[in-house]
Amino acid sequence: MNDDLYKPFLMSIETARDEAPDVRTFRLRFAQEGDRAQFFQRYRVGMFGLYGVPGEGESTFCVASPPTRTDHIECTFRKVGRVTQALQDLEVGQSLTFRGPYGNHFPIDSWKGRDLLFIAGGIALPPMRSVIWNILDRRAEFGKVAVVYGARTTADLVYKHELAEWAARPDMTLVTTVDPGGQTPDWKGKVGFVPAVLKELAPSAKNCVAVLCGPPIMIKLTLPVLAALGFAPKDIYTTLENRMKCGVGKCGRCNVGSVYVCKDGPVFTLDELSRLPAGDM
Amino acid sequence: MKTIETSRLTDLAQALSAAGYRVVAPVAEGGVVRLREWTKGLEIALEAVPVNSMKDFLFPRSEVVARFALQEEGGFTPATNERSTPKTVVLGARPCDAAALPALDAVFNWDYRDGAYNARREAVTIMSLACAKADEHCFCTSVGGAPDGIAGADAILRPADGGKRLVFEPLTEKGRALIPAAAGTLAEGTAATQTPVAPPRRFDPEAVGRWLAANFDSPFWKEASLACLGCGACAYACPVCHCFDLQDESDRRECRRLRNWDSCGFGLFTLHASGHNPRPDQSARWRQRVTHKFSIYPQRFKTLACTGCGRCSRLCQAGMAIAETCQRIEALGR
Repeated sequence: MNDDLYKPFLMSIETARDEAPDVRTFRLRFAQEGDRAQFFQRYRVGMFGLYGVPGEGESTFCVASPPTRTDHIECTFRKVGRVTQALQDLEVGQSLTFRGPYGNHFPIDSWKGRDLLFIAGGIALPPMRSVIWNILDRRAEFGKVAVVYGARTTADLVYKHELAEWAARPDMTLVTTVDPGGQTPDWKGKVGFVPAVLKELAPSAKNCVAVLCGPPIMIKLTLPVLAALGFAPKDIYTTLENRMKCGVGKCGRCNVGSVYVCKDGPVFTLDELSRLPAGDM
Repeated sequence: MKTIETSRLTDLAQALSAAGYRVVAPVAEGGVVRLREWTKGLEIALEAVPVNSMKDFLFPRSEVVARFALQEEGGFTPATNERSTPKTVVLGARPCDAAALPALDAVFNWDYRDGAYNARREAVTIMSLACAKADEHCFCTSVGGAPDGIAGADAILRPADGGKRLVFEPLTEKGRALIPAAAGTLAEGTAATQTPVAPPRRFDPEAVGRWLAANFDSPFWKEASLACLGCGACAYACPVCHCFDLQDESDRRECRRLRNWDSCGFGLFTLHASGHNPRPDQSARWRQRVTHKFSIYPQRFKTLACTGCGRCSRLCQAGMAIAETCQRIEALGR
């Protein structure tokens, strides 16, 4: 095994797509076939990576494409700091560095035969999008699939072209919503906050797994709705995004209580999270 | 038994150097004793605990982990990054320094194996010096150590004959390999080793760990951390602290990705890009420091992340002392 832990893969940008203000998606190709093979041997949905621009550094975010698409990876990220700014300044054909896949994954094989409910807010759809496509690429193995996705405004919804595709699919349900005041005159989706929309939708918790990701306030207000619908904490999954540097359990900054988010996470059930000190998140 | 006159330690250093070892030893410089690379002419200072720990030579404060050649028109290509791992002997490490190695070995190998660390680790031989005295900051006996402890060491020098001589005791293959390398500076002889002076046992680390695991939200931290300035000196001096940052540094032609020491005492350590900081104040950071050493580490790695060397409290300008914090925690748990 390669013990040069911080030596990254070289990736080239095949396509770039603007998703929302300050949010871009890159499709990346591995420069070396051996790197690609090594990556997909280990990659399971929910794992993350470190994307870098030499001279600026590395930034941690999810792999937004599923392991069922093995010729490339995709990442979607918002420009919030120096590294993400430098990443967004890159153009198609240019290179970036990538390390990964790291962390644990969503145990989707254990979800076979169950219904799946995805609830996402804003820029938190990308970590869930890889799961959704993974499920859709293996559609027959799972029960009903529903996605509730909200953003502040219609402009802030990411993957607009895919939302249209999901909305048109007969084998899944998509509910999109924007915060009151965030709608445009031609908006066909719902207007309201995610917890309220979920309450109105009232999906059955019977044999259902919920995957939840979004801003802390959305999570906080959505959990009681899920509880009222009868979802057990062990059937609610989320993914944490802590600041990380190494990604491999050494640099010491992603601890929440005794958990190393980069190794024990980023995927946790609500049951697992409830045993961690809330004041450390 | 092999012995050496204390006054001949520099001869030993010279012999090991001639045998191809890089010799690291405590040297008095500018009013402090510091572990540094020994070169001919430097006197070895055995009296004081060196201000820095041995981790400097296994996990340097700054090291290049990846290199990229930068192109004039923008863009980059990966470049090779040579590792430098000279065969090294640390002559006169303290038992509390050597005891840090099992803890460092654990984190650098618990899943992903850190090649840069392991290469240096394999290339280093630790010749400890048993302590003849302890100061008010020493607390090795509270964390499972002893002034003549051998954990992590390849050989140990024990003061004998009132300090005139040292008895050399090899403990591992690496330690035995020093005997031919020492080229006669270690002589066959007898000497009466002194009973080391142990610092008093100040707290029970298991009791501290139990309280920490159960009292995350205790108001104790607010008050206990009031003096902390967040300077990070404790982490830098600590033989076990290993938190690091990765940063890029570049000139026109090359970018070097560096691993630099970092500290959980710094406000930026956990700051998210969103502006959210899970550890927003010094009390959360001091809690992390103590909890990582006495609760998280034992849970994960079955070893404490503290060897009781006392460097942190010797250095702290604000008078923070982790042993005192642990004593108070143990009292809270009673």
